[in-house]
Amino acid sequence: MTGTTHTSSPHIEVSNLDLSYGDFVIQKNLTFTVNHGDVFIIMGGSGCGKSTVLKCLIGLKSPARGIVRFDGADFWSTAASTREAMMRRFGVLYQSGALWSSMTLAENVGLPLGEYTELGAAEIRDLAAMKLALVGLAGFEDFYPSEISGGMQKRAGIARAMALDPDVLFLDEPSAGLDPISSKLLDDLIVELRDSLGTTMVIVTHELASIFSIGTNSVFLDPVSKTMIAKGDPRELRDHSPDPNVREFLNRGASAMTKGPDPARTDSSRPTEAAR
Amino acid sequence: MESAVRLAENILAQAPRMTVAKDHATDRKTGAFSVEMGTAGVGLLAFSGDWTLQAKAPGAAAIASALAAGTGIRRIGFDTDALAQWDSTFITAILGVVAQGKAAGIDVDLGGLPAGAQRLVTLATAVPERQGARRTATRDGFLVGLGKWWLASYKSMQDSLAFVGEATIALARFSVGRARFRRVDLMIALEACGPKALPIVTLISVLIGLILAFVGAIQLRQFGAQIYVADLVAIAMAREMAAIMTGIIMAGRTGAAFAAQLGTMQVNEEIDAFRTLGFSPMEFLVLPRMLALIVMMPLLCIYANILGILGGGIVGIWMLGLTPTAYYVQTIASVSLTDFGIGISKSVIFGIVVALAGCLKGLQSGRSASAVGDAATSAVVLSIVMIIVLDGFFAVVTSIMGI
Repeated sequence: MTGTTHTSSPHIEVSNLDLSYGDFVIQKNLTFTVNHGDVFIIMGGSGCGKSTVLKCLIGLKSPARGIVRFDGADFWSTAASTREAMMRRFGVLYQSGALWSSMTLAENVGLPLGEYTELGAAEIRDLAAMKLALVGLAGFEDFYPSEISGGMQKRAGIARAMALDPDVLFLDEPSAGLDPISSKLLDDLIVELRDSLGTTMVIVTHELASIFSIGTNSVFLDPVSKTMIAKGDPRELRDHSPDPNVREFLNRGASAMTKGPDPARTDSSRPTEAAR
Repeated sequence: MESAVRLAENILAQAPRMTVAKDHATDRKTGAFSVEMGTAGVGLLAFSGDWTLQAKAPGAAAIASALAAGTGIRRIGFDTDALAQWDSTFITAILGVVAQGKAAGIDVDLGGLPAGAQRLVTLATAVPERQGARRTATRDGFLVGLGKWWLASYKSMQDSLAFVGEATIALARFSVGRARFRRVDLMIALEACGPKALPIVTLISVLIGLILAFVGAIQLRQFGAQIYVADLVAIAMAREMAAIMTGIIMAGRTGAAFAAQLGTMQVNEEIDAFRTLGFSPMEFLVLPRMLALIVMMPLLCIYANILGILGGGIVGIWMLGLTPTAYYVQTIASVSLTDFGIGISKSVIFGIVVALAGCLKGLQSGRSASAVGDAATSAVVLSIVMIIVLDGFFAVVTSIMGI
């Protein structure tokens, strides 16, 4: 378990955020704060708009209403060029890895370095190799994304997201499609990077094992009321949330499912053990 | 939700096995039902025979009308003693009854159903239908449809114009050396648009030359004017056919490839990754492809000219008995540099059209496999239509200019 403080200064502040596609409201009235050094979890059932919230935070989708601030600076109501500059300060790991398939891993990691630094080709290659080594992919510099496994693609995606030493790293469902061991290793990597580099992590996930083992703060989105119905330490929410829906979600529906054989038994990942 | 689905799969997997064992030897009996009035307003719905996907059971509508006909029913019960095999068909029928009962405010007692069926019905009714989730099929009137079509076309026109504008800016930035893209991407695009397109351009150009010569030869031979086949082929290739045919080949070959490449990158979130890292997809992805076609299309057009004229020469020499020298001299005399210039400038324009259409459709692609296919298709269609329309425009302009 990771001991982190909740007393550090706010890094990302979201207030009264509304998100919609045309007239179709995805989420409304979101207000939460991500502190420096948090491993912040955005969670909720499938289809509740987690990924849309992430898109808004990383500058791909403008909000219908509300304010997003990074270190106090307004993200959406500034000029596009200022927003671009702010976007340089964060890295994103996409759900599918989103590595550029026509480039090798070293080129994937090196491209942002070549673009935003004055480094020479040899230095960029060394730096890219170092980033890949950090995520456990030393020796894979000249592999193409299609030649490595899904878990390795996610790791390489993190290496690329970390290329410019960002202040905040956004991860969209990092453990989706990974086996429990790879997923655990990825969680360890996230915590390690946070501890060693001080990077704030914002993770969209519904993987309970990850949520409890690495999350220090969270927001819970509800698809029915289309807003957040809980926030805070996920372990705290699991045991003491006043909202039964939140407790049910975080306890794997244990309080609701009473009839029939418990299908959760047959599942390979056991959340309660991983959380310990 | 996930656990509920798995539970349903378990039960469904068990259901046929249990029932098949029970009644395997007897003839398959078609499912049937009857409604009996019991005591105290209980309508007893009795099922018999097979209620399976293969057996022809009465539909939910028949049960609904039978129940509606029974007056004074205050409670619905089930009798399934005579029921042989059942599967999802039966559950669907029961769900219809449950929904009908709910609408009419009548209690439905599931007690009489087989245990597995009871569990499935409970499962299906456990999560209430999400409000507003069901899609209602609405038929728009003619005017509404027309309005929607116009709005969609207007939006797409706006997007296309914005795209062309951005592409122009990217080209301008390139010309002052400020565009950012990987040189290796340009090299790959150049190879795909140039050397790799040569075989098909060779084949098509020679054949087009042959065909033009044949068409002309049949007519011109009647007047003994075979030698003018050379004029016909040379002028047609130089002014029109070389540029149009390479344009259409490149639309099918390269434009479709561009759309599919960028569409797949869209699906894989690779385009999003470019955007969040501050790389302009226009400069990074579109510009190298556009440059490659701008460079290669005129070269391919010149190549197609030469081969087309050679193709015409084959017909002229072997079929019409012209000497190679006569054919050559006649060709040189008939076409001017202006004719070639018109064809070659058109090919540059067609190259830009193919690149822009392919990249635009690719970047606008939706995030599914069929959307990428649609993007490739519409890129080719758009390119070819634009090539023909622009060619008509050029024909009018050159005739007004008298060249």
